[in-house]
Amino acid sequence: MRQFLEILSKPDNLPIVALLASVIFFSWLYWVKAKKNDMQELPEEAKMDDKVQVWPYLVRTEFLMAIAVMAILVIWSVFLNAPLEESANRALTPNPSKAPWYFLGLQEMLVYFDPWIAGVVLPTLIIIGLMAIPYVDINPKGNGYYTFKERKFAVLTYGFGFLVLWVFLIFIGTFLRGPGWNFFWPGETWDPHYVAVLTNVDLSEYFGISTRLPDNTLNPAAFIFGAVCVFGFYSLSGVYWMKKRNDEFMKKLGFFRYSIVSFLFLSMMGLVIKIFLRLGPLMFGANPVKYVWVTPWFNV
Amino acid sequence: MLEQLKKTEVYKSIFRHSYQDTQRNRALQIVDNVFLHLHPVRVPRHATNLGYTWGMGGITFLLFIVLTITGVILMFYYRPTAQYAYEDMKYLMNDVPFGPLMRNMHRWAAHAMVLTVMLHMFRVFLTGSYKPPRQFNWVVGVILLVLTLLLSFSGYLLPWDQLSIWAVTVGTNMARATPLLGHEGPFGAQLGLRPDNDVRFVLLGGTEVGPPTLLRFYVGHCIFLPLVATIFMVVHFWRVRKDGGISGPESTKKGF
Repeated sequence: MRQFLEILSKPDNLPIVALLASVIFFSWLYWVKAKKNDMQELPEEAKMDDKVQVWPYLVRTEFLMAIAVMAILVIWSVFLNAPLEESANRALTPNPSKAPWYFLGLQEMLVYFDPWIAGVVLPTLIIIGLMAIPYVDINPKGNGYYTFKERKFAVLTYGFGFLVLWVFLIFIGTFLRGPGWNFFWPGETWDPHYVAVLTNVDLSEYFGISTRLPDNTLNPAAFIFGAVCVFGFYSLSGVYWMKKRNDEFMKKLGFFRYSIVSFLFLSMMGLVIKIFLRLGPLMFGANPVKYVWVTPWFNV
Repeated sequence: MLEQLKKTEVYKSIFRHSYQDTQRNRALQIVDNVFLHLHPVRVPRHATNLGYTWGMGGITFLLFIVLTITGVILMFYYRPTAQYAYEDMKYLMNDVPFGPLMRNMHRWAAHAMVLTVMLHMFRVFLTGSYKPPRQFNWVVGVILLVLTLLLSFSGYLLPWDQLSIWAVTVGTNMARATPLLGHEGPFGAQLGLRPDNDVRFVLLGGTEVGPPTLLRFYVGHCIFLPLVATIFMVVHFWRVRKDGGISGPESTKKGF
């Protein structure tokens, strides 16, 4: 336990503790405000529709906030020194080697995906997906006030992505991943000699199709199996479209917007499924799944 | 004496209006000041409510200013070469008056800024403030988020200690797996990419994190990225005004 507290109190990890605390606080604040707004005709914000002068009412708040932030920052800087370790040495690799804290969610993804997905495709999809939000969210409600009732899907999706897939994975990557990127519960000692014995299998092998032929070349059946899994998963969006395309909402959304939303949404869910394929079998003492689809050029 | 001073031409040329608390002076206080001029003269009351705005955008901007000032001070003591970088850090932390304070403030403000940017984005999402007419400003905001992360990441290398070199090694190793552009990425080998000609090589100025990387990241961190971020910030703030000021329910938009 002492080691866990030590990592928790490392100066560079303070922002993560602050991140967790503030995210919990602000989610709670949102929930209280949204619930209150949802229960009445007019949102609270609409009741505050009278105009006030920026000088002094807004400038005063800004000034006080600025003083508070500066005070916190100075106190923080007086009492906690920024870390400065030994001089850079290429011959001495620390274990574990960790990226800066805000990228640890992505580094955690390396457990479940090859680097080309975890390190390149995923960040690109996150950035593009975020940029696409205003153009694919055609719900005109909930603009300029807190609400949950009027935009459940949007809030739940964003909340899940931000709170679970971003913040929570940063927490795991920082505090629960030790030497060799092995998982250690809080209270366990980070043993650098610990070796996790894992026999990874590919998904096709659960269905009796081995990935490699006896001469170690790729089994075409496994290749096709993987392709069917991946494309089949993404074609779920097509099935849903065929079923719902005549709904009022779907007509308004249009095929193009729907394709983007469903692709991004399924990609996010695919990520969760892959995590479960990896961790789920471990709970039953079975072999974790490494790849869903193996090809000569890349693996998914 | 003070009254006399206020009648001089010099004083009047600097301060255009009196400080007497009148409706008119409150308005002039905003429009006659280039910095406060960022604001409108009047806002709907919910805009001054911290429970609505969380103040995170403003704090992010404040931290950016703090980072610029402390960053420039640090530049006086730091040489971005593998030979001197770490020595200069030691010197800064041990011998320069207020050196540790400047560096600590720079580092903690940087961490805090990443945090406040995320929270600002969270608030903007939860209030649906990206909805028309503010769609494009959300996109600008996403670009600013990426720039903030890049600024923080490039600064991470500069102390040139074990922490920085390995964190950046882990981060930039991803680049070698870029599809089509990295030598270990899908189709990379088929396209003839090697460790010494792929996208990671361009990023690092070598096949591993070394002295050329330090210089590259330094120039990016101190000149290129802050410049680009400033441009996008200008657009971001300007668009807030042009898109009708702070978001709010329909009824708060009367009289604008």
